[in-house]
Amino acid sequence: MTTEMLHRIQFGLTISFHFIFPPMSLGVGLVLIIFGVKSVRTKDPKWRQLSMFWVKIYGLIFAMGIATGIVQEFEFGTNWADYSRFVGNIFGSLLAAEGIFAFMLEGGFLGLMLFGGSKLGNKMWLFATTMVVAGATLSATWIVMANSWMQTPQGYEIKDVGYGDQAFMTSFREVVFTPSFGPRILHLIAACWMVGTSLVISVAAYYLLKKRHVELAKTMIRVALPIFTVLAVLQVVLFGANQAIEVTNQQPEKLAAMEGLYKSTTCAPMYIIGWTDPDNETTTGISIPCLLSFLSYQDPQAEVTGLEAFPKDEWANASVVFQVYHLMIDLGMLFIAIGGLACILWIWKRKLWDQRWMLWVLVSSIVMTELATLSGWWTAEFGRQPWVVWQVLKTAGAESPNVTFSQVAFSIGMFVVLYAIVFTMFISLLNRMIKQGPPPPEEEGASESLPDSFGEIFRHRSRVSSGGD
Amino acid sequence: MWLNTTWFVLYVAIIAGYVVLDGFDLGVGMLSPFLGRNDTEKRILLNSIGPVWDGNEVWLVLGGGALFAAFPLVYASLFSGFYTAMMLVLFVLILRTVAIEFRSKRDGARWRSMWDWIFFASSLGITLLLGVALGNVIQGVPLDQAGNMDVNLVDLLNPYALAVGATAVAMLSLHGAMFLTQKVEGELLGRITNLIPKLMAVFFALMTVLMVWTLLLDEEITTNYEDRLWIGIFPLFGLLTVLAGWRFVVKKQYLSGFVASACMIALLLATVAAGMYPVLIPSSTDPSYDLTVTNAASASETLTVMLVIAVIGLPFVFLYTAGVYFFFRGKVRLDEESY
Ligand code: HDD
Ligand code: HEM
Ligand code: HEM
Repeated sequence: MTTEMLHRIQFGLTISFHFIFPPMSLGVGLVLIIFGVKSVRTKDPKWRQLSMFWVKIYGLIFAMGIATGIVQEFEFGTNWADYSRFVGNIFGSLLAAEGIFAFMLEGGFLGLMLFGGSKLGNKMWLFATTMVVAGATLSATWIVMANSWMQTPQGYEIKDVGYGDQAFMTSFREVVFTPSFGPRILHLIAACWMVGTSLVISVAAYYLLKKRHVELAKTMIRVALPIFTVLAVLQVVLFGANQAIEVTNQQPEKLAAMEGLYKSTTCAPMYIIGWTDPDNETTTGISIPCLLSFLSYQDPQAEVTGLEAFPKDEWANASVVFQVYHLMIDLGMLFIAIGGLACILWIWKRKLWDQRWMLWVLVSSIVMTELATLSGWWTAEFGRQPWVVWQVLKTAGAESPNVTFSQVAFSIGMFVVLYAIVFTMFISLLNRMIKQGPPPPEEEGASESLPDSFGEIFRHRSRVSSGGD
Repeated sequence: MWLNTTWFVLYVAIIAGYVVLDGFDLGVGMLSPFLGRNDTEKRILLNSIGPVWDGNEVWLVLGGGALFAAFPLVYASLFSGFYTAMMLVLFVLILRTVAIEFRSKRDGARWRSMWDWIFFASSLGITLLLGVALGNVIQGVPLDQAGNMDVNLVDLLNPYALAVGATAVAMLSLHGAMFLTQKVEGELLGRITNLIPKLMAVFFALMTVLMVWTLLLDEEITTNYEDRLWIGIFPLFGLLTVLAGWRFVVKKQYLSGFVASACMIALLLATVAAGMYPVLIPSSTDPSYDLTVTNAASASETLTVMLVIAVIGLPFVFLYTAGVYFFFRGKVRLDEESY
């Protein structure tokens, strides 16, 4: 085991853990905006009740996102010092822009969103919520820009000005809008919304199973399920397909690893499930003939380049990439089935509410969407190996030269223990919140006396302060 | 060159923004076990920073990002050089965030007292560790030609750095107490106003020691002050704010006292920064290995883009920071949304 390997394990572990939370908050944020809009439009107190219930869960998830995100902000310097020296000019500026534009927006309005329920009317609360969600979405956008630059770098030149090679920016526009950015951000935001809506669906299905808060649970499903189902379809036919085409064009050797395609093949098949055999350089499994050629080049007879066309020391680990990629794809197909079936039972047969097996499937959907989202990233990141910046900088040699094996081993141990404890507590608190259920509905019109425009907030004489009574 | 200097100034301003804003909520954390006698009081203390602590902490995140963008070589050298210390910082940062969030989500006395303790210890830990890091940066670290250093945690815990750490603890506790005067009332407020003069005395004593120590120890800073006399305005105004702070406390004008302590923190950082400029990280191995605003900076293209981003972004940041503080002004009242 090399020190470099330890750095990779630590980074992969901490980023994967961080990435459990932002998709949930992005998606739940979307649902909260919908609740807020409904609340403003209809004045039905149930929307406010739902908002106040979900905003508490949102707060808990968000805190986890913050706690784990700060680690990521500093880990490039601590663990990947040579990488940071190399890309600081470019990568650093995207990270800083994220801080100024996105995190500040989130951080500023988060307090209003979480603690504003008893002090703000419907419109102002919706405004605060929209700002936080906008901040979170912007944050995802900037970080994905940074990541996309690492996948498909452009707009830079390499010079040595005394501290080894460094990448210097030649065009900010090119750095920001790399070829892989567009497809990736669409695919990613859709994925995040699927994660968030599936969390809402899971909780609602649980209430239906336990016969508690039944009307509210139905409302949650009515809001979240259509979004989830439409996105599931779009992911497969549009965003995911687009992402795959982009990889074919920009990173053909990654595509070959994703499909375990060792030899260049015409009418290349696409696997549903399979095993790669790295020793004999073959792949076996259940596959659909010619589908890969068709998806990549819109022509079933097209030739897809295999790994053999590339130098062997630049191959990604096909066994890993293949498995995580297919996990994502298979789950993606499953989501269409789940969403479609649930919609049929709901709209057409009108008996979703008491189909216990279906409700159990819906309860488990959050685990599956999280897994699909993570496996998507694993595909992108393991598939990029051995490069950290595609065809520019190798991962080996990007780590901090002065950090020792035992130091990293120590910090990995620390993160494993800390994250395990924190995650267990997170789950148990989440569980309590769900079991406690939504707060009782406010009296009709209770929130109407609260300040509900900028003017009212700032002209308010009496000191509202941070609390009601 | 002016770009590099501008970024140096902006960078110091971001750090000052962090220490002033997050400083008081760290201070509240360090004071909470000594002030809060029961669960309600502890919750009041926690909720005094409830709606703002996250926004404050973002300044640290921004500090990380801006350092990476403007001075990538410092970002790389400093954080990899202080590896274990940085990991401890991250450790306590995580603990503090979850302590604030988890504490009041369950009732049990043991659960709550555990998180109270962690909230205190992590606030103290962050202050101390960042103070120690600053102390080491002022003093110089063993950078080699490639900008790497080989130091372990024990080397970092030298007397001078610990003195900076201790001063930071006193300073932020005082700052936190000043903040709390605006947020609490009754008996709790009485306890705080009794504590403030004591904290001030401790802070003045430590600060004086540290000033003298720095002047004796650090020839570079001393010569810089001799060469550029005008930068003497920073320590001078710093001293004035200290005196003003004392006067406000005597006259029981705590809001002004809080503003004075905020200015004092900013001026102290400016004093250090002005004394070090143009060096960012002095090398104790060889002064020619120093990381400076020129040799450690990004190229002018990046610095320009970043400046545009900062000029567009920062006014918004000030706008909503001010708005949120205004909205949550006044004494804390607990309700079902509170922590
Ligand atoms: C709910 C989540 C989800 C679902 C159902 C899918 N994906 Fe995905 N996928 C992601 C969530 C995701 C992601 C997390 O958003 C990734 C990781 C990084 C990225 O760029 O997007 C991703 C990456 C990713 C990549 C790798 C991009 C790269 O290496 O640069 C490809 C080729 C696809 N996806 C293709 C698909 C296809 C063809 C799907 C159809 C079934 C699909 N994804 C479903
Ligand atoms: C949030 C979703 C992400 C996940 C789950 C993820 C996962 C991973 C994993 C598993 C690795 C280890 C790969 C290996 O060692 O083979 C890795 C490496 C890395 N990723 Fe990501 N990543 C994510 C997002 C990002 C983003 C947004 C960036 C940059 C902005 C990034 C930058 C890096 C870097 C610098 C490395 C280290 C070098 C390397 O090992 O390749 N990652 N990531
Ligand atoms: C390695 C790359 C990453 C870094 C350096 C990073 C950094 C951070 C930091 C510092 C925070 C806390 C901000 C605060 O204090 O408010 C945070 C939270 C967040 N991050 Fe990451 N992050 C990374 C990867 C990602 C990815 C890949 C995404 C999404 C696609 C993402 C989306 C978010 C969001 C939305 C938040 C807000 C908190 C939440 O919603 O849970 N981050 N991140």
